[in-house]
Amino acid sequence: MLSLTTEVLVIGGGATGAGVAWDASLRGLGVILVDRLDLAEGTSGRFHGLLHSGGRYVVKDAPAARECIAENRILRRVAADCIEDTGGLFVTTPWDDPAYADRFAAACRETGVDCEEITVAQARRDEPRLHPEISRAFRVPDANMDIWKTVWAMAHGAQQCGARILPYHEVTAIRRDGDRVTGARVRDVRAGEDLTIEAQVTVNASGAWAGQIAAMAGIDGVRVFPGRGIMIAMNHRLVNTVINRCQMPTDGDILVPIRTVSVIGTTDVHTDDPDDHTVLESEVDRMLDDGEKLVPGFRQARALRVWTGVRPLFEDAKAAGTDTRDVTRAHALLDHRQRDGVEGFVTITGGKVTTFRLMAEETVDAVCDLLGRDTPGSTAEQPLPGSESGANYRLGERLARKDERLRQEQTICECELVPRSRLEHALAETGSRNLDDIRRRLRLGMGPCQGGFCIYRTVGIMHAAGGIDAASADASLLDFLQERWKGVWPILYGDQLRQMRFDEWVFQGVLDVGHLPEAPA
Amino acid sequence: MSDLFEIELLRGTLDHCVKCTICETACPVSNASPLFPGPKYAGPQSERYRVSDEAAVDASVDYCSGCGICSQVCPQGVKIAEINAQARHRLKRQRGIPLRDRIITRPTWLGRAGTPVAPLANWTLGFRPLRVLAERTLGVHRDAPAPRFAGRRFSRWARAHTSPAAPRKVIYFHGCGTEYYEPWEGERVVAVLEHNGFEVVVPEQDCCGLPLQSSGLFEDARRSVRRLAHSLASQLADERTIIVGNATSCTLMLKREAREILGLEDDPELRRVAERTYDICELLLELHQRGELRTDFRPIPERIAYHAPCQQQGHWIGKPALELLSLIPELEVREMHARCCGIAGTYGLKAEKYEIAMAVGRSLFEQVEASGAAEVACDSETCRWQITHGTHLPSVHPIDYLYRAYGLDHG
Ligand SMILES: Cc1cc2nc3c(=O)[nH]c(=O)nc-3n(C[C@H](O)[C@H](O)[C@H](O)COP(=O)(O)OP(=O)(O)OC[C@H]3O[C@@H](n4cnc5c(N)ncnc54)[C@H](O)[C@@H]3O)c2cc1C
Repeated sequence: MLSLTTEVLVIGGGATGAGVAWDASLRGLGVILVDRLDLAEGTSGRFHGLLHSGGRYVVKDAPAARECIAENRILRRVAADCIEDTGGLFVTTPWDDPAYADRFAAACRETGVDCEEITVAQARRDEPRLHPEISRAFRVPDANMDIWKTVWAMAHGAQQCGARILPYHEVTAIRRDGDRVTGARVRDVRAGEDLTIEAQVTVNASGAWAGQIAAMAGIDGVRVFPGRGIMIAMNHRLVNTVINRCQMPTDGDILVPIRTVSVIGTTDVHTDDPDDHTVLESEVDRMLDDGEKLVPGFRQARALRVWTGVRPLFEDAKAAGTDTRDVTRAHALLDHRQRDGVEGFVTITGGKVTTFRLMAEETVDAVCDLLGRDTPGSTAEQPLPGSESGANYRLGERLARKDERLRQEQTICECELVPRSRLEHALAETGSRNLDDIRRRLRLGMGPCQGGFCIYRTVGIMHAAGGIDAASADASLLDFLQERWKGVWPILYGDQLRQMRFDEWVFQGVLDVGHLPEAPA
Repeated sequence: MSDLFEIELLRGTLDHCVKCTICETACPVSNASPLFPGPKYAGPQSERYRVSDEAAVDASVDYCSGCGICSQVCPQGVKIAEINAQARHRLKRQRGIPLRDRIITRPTWLGRAGTPVAPLANWTLGFRPLRVLAERTLGVHRDAPAPRFAGRRFSRWARAHTSPAAPRKVIYFHGCGTEYYEPWEGERVVAVLEHNGFEVVVPEQDCCGLPLQSSGLFEDARRSVRRLAHSLASQLADERTIIVGNATSCTLMLKREAREILGLEDDPELRRVAERTYDICELLLELHQRGELRTDFRPIPERIAYHAPCQQQGHWIGKPALELLSLIPELEVREMHARCCGIAGTYGLKAEKYEIAMAVGRSLFEQVEASGAAEVACDSETCRWQITHGTHLPSVHPIDYLYRAYGLDHG
């Protein structure tokens, strides 16, 4: 069995795990990161897209608000290229307690979250689709964050420092030697092989799965309650500013414009299984009703896709009742030497994407402690690869690039404007022959037609690039269609229903994908 | 409701796009030139990347001629041409409007300046060295079809003319083409209407703002169309009074485009005007369908071609001119099946677009030539000038044949 050795093994390639790998690499530690799937395919890749200003938490959870605004300021700098500075609004709709607005404004002042009240007329000039009966409006520095860009930038940055990033490597067992965790046994899912990774410190950054991984190390009481939430992406930007209801945080109260879509969310339903992605009709209805309260006509607008994510809500069974913050959405860093007398093992869970950098920094501080090092972290100053210029990304970037090379290059994905060269580059760079991996890199197939026009093109190009036979290419086409379908059927009405009928004609009628040659057994 | 909100709703129609590409196959411009990436691309697709207060990044949308065919053929109801017009407007607002566009989009200025000195102005427009100069300095193509100033104004004639009092009244909206370049067309419209028992009123009027709008100068266009709507609306006290026009793109502007593209959906005067406005052939055909059109037509033993302009198609009234012309004995009318003559108002005048406009029109010109027609009937003046430019055949409004068939040309 192949065996690898490293100083730090990071389990989980979400925002937190990638952040840990990046932070540790910058401090000169040797790092291997594994994820059972592709990077950011867990909760991070399924989040709402909001880089919180902290406004959401000012009244309910002041420490969380302070953390958010501090991290928001840092990330705007170091992850500039992954962030679009949309700004945010908190608006009092007719369904919100009017008294909350004053409490909100006061709490913003107390927590240092920048907040400026503007007139309703101004708010409606900025966002013409906003509900006409809003009574108050406050501007805050919310933004959106492209999680895939962020996680990949951190992974690349870490790789440049020598880290090994291993997606599709699932931890199947934690190796223990007496009181010490010494690494993990890992299955390379694509190759179907097992390997062992020996590490001086193992970081459990597996989010909602953290309890499972801790249990593998024989540690109990790490209870992570997966809280499932749904989000619906609308086909275009109904708003260009993040819109929050000015009320105590609840379901369906945020509309986030991100990339080409706007996303309404979310819910919080407790589930036992972090891999539970059920979408209930009632939840979809609830979201659409909530959307209507922010933007009248929401139900007539086109819904593109629905998906769910599971929050890692942590409760420490060992400390239950002693610290209420342990059952909030704040993050939890567990040094198992102190907590359980187990050396070489740290768990980081809970939190938010917005605070991932801080979580990673605290985690690597603890790792350094275990290793007896005291190199300080530098992620608050060191920009991510691609963010050196400090310029935020803009929605129009792809259109601008395309317009400059209008006649030079074939467009593969028309909705998300992916040119052929970028597809070929991604195929070469990742070596992946999995359409879904390519989708996450390029946003290919994520637009209105959900792959209707680009996926058959992509499969052909992928096959021509080599490394996959025709039958497997066909199979991956079918898998992709199946995967997209899952996110579409719960919102099959109106325009998206028409689109799917059209796609069906293309794939079933014209291409007859139901009768492609079978892969040899 | 605000203009901004209206514009948001218009954008929102992009949601209906299923990417079927019918608009791209029908677009005359993208099929003739690679400089315009096509209506689906520039419209519903690119619109998802546009943020109102951010810099416009896609200069290629300026190559859309605004003919509106895409919106007409879209089976899903996407307002493609209108979305593109918005994008063009934003581009112009941010990058500045060329002097040329400020000039050629103001038929009133041009007309007032050219009319008193018509012989000189016409000579200038035909004088090659000056045209070359104009191309270099202004960007108006040296070969682009320029109408000739008539040297007299239709409104002058109208003031001197007394329409016999009749129970049914129409307000005649003649447009700038009739006013400065083809006043005789207006005289014929009036004669045909009076022959059918209408009293024709010609109120003070000015440009509808369409050229401004299609070049992206929205603020000026709004001012123009509001002024015109105000003047026309003041005549509409009697519930039965209607407005009729022979400049088909300008009547479309009043009926629909100004409200949709300029976000004036809620302007009450414009709405009233829009509800009562008819294209001349639309009105006459409706009369005929009610059995009220006089049919004392004399034969016209000629063969003509008929081209329905894109803007006429935008009225969603079919091709009433064809049906009217078929009432005239012995007149042989060949319907052309090309989509667009290329000119699209002022598009084909622009130096960088002239070749595209001619390429767009080629199919029509070839069909006209193949038809053996001696003359081309067409409802829009700029299209007529382009057709004459492309075929060297005279081109007139369909109303001319009715005028002749009624024998009105012999007094
Ligand atoms: C619906 C919803 C909306 C949200 N919206 C926002 C928002 O707008 N803004 C915000 O700041 N936060 C938001 N959050 C919170 C945020 O998404 C999460 O807190 C954050 O993504 C957690 O990141 P993570 O890296 O810790 O976990 P994850 O991203 O889940 O990473 C854990 C990784 O561990 C991997 N893993 C699991 N088991 C194994 C194994 N056996 N071997 C190897 N790898 C394994 C998983 O595949 C996964 O990739 C939202 C959460 C939800 C649920």
